[in-house]
Amino acid sequence: MDAFTQNLIFTVLKIAFVLTFTLLGVTMVILAERRFSAFIQDRLGPNRTWFGGLGQSFADGIKLIVKEDVIPNHVDRLVYLLAPVVMMTPALMIGAVIPFGATIPSGELWLPLLGANLENLVLQIANINVGILYFVSVTSIGVYGIVMGGWAQNNKYSLLGALRASAQMISYELPLGLSVVAVVLMAGSLSLGEIVKVQQEGFWFILNFPAFLVFLIAVFAETNRLPFDLAECEQELVAGYHTEYSSMKFGMFLLAEYANLITSSAFIVTLFFGGWDVPFYDETAHGLAGVLLSVIVFAIKISFFVFLFIWVRWSLPRFRYDQLMHLGWKRLLPISLATVVGTAILMVLFKDLYH
Amino acid sequence: MATKTISVDIKTVKNDVYLVEIFKGLLLTLKHFLKIGAKSAYLAPTERRAGKLSTNNRATIQYPEEKWVPYPQYRGLHRLNKDEQDRTKCVACEMCATACPADCIFIEAERSPWADEFPNDPKREKHPKIYEIDVLRCIFCGFCEEACPCEAIELTEIYDFAAYSRENAVYDKEKLERVYDLTKDGKFYQEGRKLDFEF
Repeated sequence: MDAFTQNLIFTVLKIAFVLTFTLLGVTMVILAERRFSAFIQDRLGPNRTWFGGLGQSFADGIKLIVKEDVIPNHVDRLVYLLAPVVMMTPALMIGAVIPFGATIPSGELWLPLLGANLENLVLQIANINVGILYFVSVTSIGVYGIVMGGWAQNNKYSLLGALRASAQMISYELPLGLSVVAVVLMAGSLSLGEIVKVQQEGFWFILNFPAFLVFLIAVFAETNRLPFDLAECEQELVAGYHTEYSSMKFGMFLLAEYANLITSSAFIVTLFFGGWDVPFYDETAHGLAGVLLSVIVFAIKISFFVFLFIWVRWSLPRFRYDQLMHLGWKRLLPISLATVVGTAILMVLFKDLYH
Repeated sequence: MATKTISVDIKTVKNDVYLVEIFKGLLLTLKHFLKIGAKSAYLAPTERRAGKLSTNNRATIQYPEEKWVPYPQYRGLHRLNKDEQDRTKCVACEMCATACPADCIFIEAERSPWADEFPNDPKREKHPKIYEIDVLRCIFCGFCEEACPCEAIELTEIYDFAAYSRENAVYDKEKLERVYDLTKDGKFYQEGRKLDFEF
């Protein structure tokens, strides 16, 4: 086998791993959301299917696939059919740039199976040097799915939901991008692999707490999670942009929402919590076991943030729309601008301590 | 009484920053999540009055395995009471059928086998040959219970008696007397009993 084929096989394996992780993760997160919300409300939640309810999401999935697929007469068919796809695709695409484990040291036992002359053993599907730009741009494609869905259904409430979602996305993209700029300043690179490496060698970027806080809040808004889920608030807009979707098309919206949840958590971890970095441990010290540990630690960190998302959703009431805009433009934007300037000043002042 | 004006300043810096209040809210839900120090809002009234925590501090009753025990005044499935010698108390006076707003009771009377034992009691001369209650029509108002002069028909605490066919949902005399046997001590759900006839 030549190097190209080997690289191809390795990449396909990585893609398979990330997709499996995301999609299986989605089923587990949906179950976790239902169980945890139940615990918070002194209930039990679904606990009958398989072991303690583990099969619940699969049962739900089968139900959604088998259900009748209704396309109402008054919809814009092409846009209507395209919207779930446009929503789902970016949600899965984001996983491509996330580094999910330490680089595999060459000379491992299993490598001859793939061929010994593999060069790129980085556990990241595509270590592109504009990883952060990729993240910001691909997440904002997701909002097209919402807008298209709301438009295609040809009813007021869905359209209102879509409009709210788009305005909200635009408002919160700014603080999101600016808080990322602070991270980029500290890392000195746009590549996510490089950002993790810098954090591994130095300190986790959680030390830049204001940037983290702004990023966290902006991500809540970007994923349309509860304090900011004005695009689909039941009391005002029925179900917002997915009101008239049924069967698996609704399932795709649901899947995309939770896939976004996981990838957003992965990004929070990558940017501020050292990615796959295991604290006080050299991942390259014990060969493959160390790499495996780093992947597991990464998954644990993601799980914590997914839990945070769920926890916040079942604790806080929804913002009013003017409050949302107020928070986005008058609070988060100045804070994030100040963070960028402050970080830059500190970087210059303590240049010698760093790098 | 003079009007008392209370001014609450909600526009404080603390409230405006949101984060403090959000953190307090998160702490409260975390307490419920971990089941420490937070009382369930879903206690039974008696337990709530006693200030108790419910079992496992949760509201869910896992139905087929655990069953909710109704209060004594609950109006569920009917029963036909029997006297000490296992004879039905019903005298087929049809007061219940008359009182029934849903018209779900059907009675056909005949001379009772024990009529000669009560020469001075005209009430025990008759007994129902057929006594049927269509529980699909019944609205569980309890008027039959109130109308009955002999305390023969009563509503019990049984609430899970769904049937697979309409025929099985018509309770005849044998079934209603069997319900009496199962519920006479009032511990149908406490003892985990089940209705043992065909549904």
